[in-house]
Amino acid sequence: MSEAEAVVSLENVTVLYGRSNRALSDVTTTFVRGAVGLLGPNGAGKSTMIKSLLGFVVPTQGRMRVLGLDVATSPVEIRARIGYMPENDAHIPGLNAVSFVGYCGELAGLPRADAIQRAHEVLFYVGLGEARYRNVDTYSTGMKQRIKLAQALVHDPDLLFLDEPTNGMDPKGRDEMLELVRDLAHNKGVSLILSSHLLPDVEYTCDHVVVMDKGRIATAGSIEALKQPRGRVYELRVKTPGDLETFFDRLRAAGLDCHSTDDDVVRVFVPGDGGARRLFELAAAERVQVRHLRPSVPTLEDVFAHAVGEP
Amino acid sequence: MPIHDQGYRRYGGDKARGRAWLVIVTTGVRAMLGNRKWIVLMVASWIQFLVRAILFYIAANFPQAASIAPTAATFRDFFEWQNIPVFIMTVWLGSALIADDRRANALQIYLSKPLTRAEYIFGKLAILVTFLLLITWLPAVLLLVVEVVFAGNFAFLRANAYLFPAITLFSLVQVVTVSTSMLALSSLSTNSRFVGILYTALIFFSNALYGVMRAVTGSSMVSWISFGNNLAQIGDLIFRLPLRYQTPWPIALVMIIALVGVSALVLERRVRGVEIVA
Repeated sequence: MSEAEAVVSLENVTVLYGRSNRALSDVTTTFVRGAVGLLGPNGAGKSTMIKSLLGFVVPTQGRMRVLGLDVATSPVEIRARIGYMPENDAHIPGLNAVSFVGYCGELAGLPRADAIQRAHEVLFYVGLGEARYRNVDTYSTGMKQRIKLAQALVHDPDLLFLDEPTNGMDPKGRDEMLELVRDLAHNKGVSLILSSHLLPDVEYTCDHVVVMDKGRIATAGSIEALKQPRGRVYELRVKTPGDLETFFDRLRAAGLDCHSTDDDVVRVFVPGDGGARRLFELAAAERVQVRHLRPSVPTLEDVFAHAVGEP
Repeated sequence: MPIHDQGYRRYGGDKARGRAWLVIVTTGVRAMLGNRKWIVLMVASWIQFLVRAILFYIAANFPQAASIAPTAATFRDFFEWQNIPVFIMTVWLGSALIADDRRANALQIYLSKPLTRAEYIFGKLAILVTFLLLITWLPAVLLLVVEVVFAGNFAFLRANAYLFPAITLFSLVQVVTVSTSMLALSSLSTNSRFVGILYTALIFFSNALYGVMRAVTGSSMVSWISFGNNLAQIGDLIFRLPLRYQTPWPIALVMIIALVGVSALVLERRVRGVEIVA
């Protein structure tokens, strides 16, 4: 991928907390224009990566570029062109929404009149138009998420970092937030990096994904390409006299990928052309009854589970 | 088209750089000026100016009142009495400057904008410095002007030409010392009340400790222990008055510089976008 296509690039980046806690371990990856999901379980290093790109955390080694600028030498120039929506609750105390977002616009360099005008616009855009004169301290969790997005957008950034944007939101609010994110990326020409552990959020809003696990990149690429099967995926339910995990270990030893879902169904990826016959052969060898077998379509969850090695 | 119909638009205007600290100052000053109780405190802080201005008028127009004519010591005394509103203002405003931002996680918001930590600290400091100068330097300089106006000549000013630089210098020393130390304490906590109590306790404790040491040693050579005494000693030096303590003035100066230095170090460590746990 050329430098021109990448909005963010990391090269051999390592971040150490203390002496031994490797939050990022020799990470090399790029983020393309458009909507890119940064996926990973809790503790994978997603937030650390974002904070390193913002300059909050200085890496022990490595080089990072954002929008063509070196993070180590041009952090202020970078922050003039990006917007950041933090994961946890963050606001400037004592202000109402318009004042808060307008203040953020002024801090980003907008003239006061423009900042206030933009504050009104983005507050309506994120759905806080009617509540924009209320003190932010009185907002609900969902409203605080929206205002965090508003302050990230007010100065019209070229790149947005969204860290768990649907945190704590009710289902309706979550859908609305995802619609906003999708609209920004696909209709408004704002590149964004959406950090989340929620696969449906990423799958709905993003075209590309970078999957992290334990401070490393597990896999990266276009979601469609990653979901292309190089074999077949099945939903499987079995009955066994012995331990179920032993059967799953046997499947994995035979080169199949399997991970449990919430519904007592196991999703099994059979590589190559083996298909269901391979599954039946393995089940017969282990004297396991196959109670349910249905072909399925690969999902981002399969990609994620394969990448992080989840059982 | 009404704002609520416009949706999200790209911004085509210019964005200024390097002015973020000024935005912090102006917003902070504007916020305080919107608080009625704060305005009352500001007005009350000028009562001493009013009283002294009246005394200057009396001294200038009634020969019988020559004994209350202003001298250099008058201006030194002015600063002594202004210590009370300076203390109240510092605790009220200063304790919340960074503590409230830390409580609301605002540092992530600030530092994700195009401003450096130094600009953030300088902006916050400038809010407190602005108000403190409004009740120290400004009234003191105006008293000089008032004296000249009421006397009808520049004789006093010519005889005490060092007063204007002395007022300016001492105001800056006092205000910067007090502001940086309070800002540093504010950065240590998320609770502004706790910061205010801590600041007050440090001042009174250091004064009390000085009192005890003075009683024990019988000498004021230990005045450097007290935060306020060091400022007082430097103030006497700047206004060319006899030093009130036996402590050599370089020691008082070193203590003030050390206090400002330690405060700066604390601010550098505490003002970050993330809490680093080693």
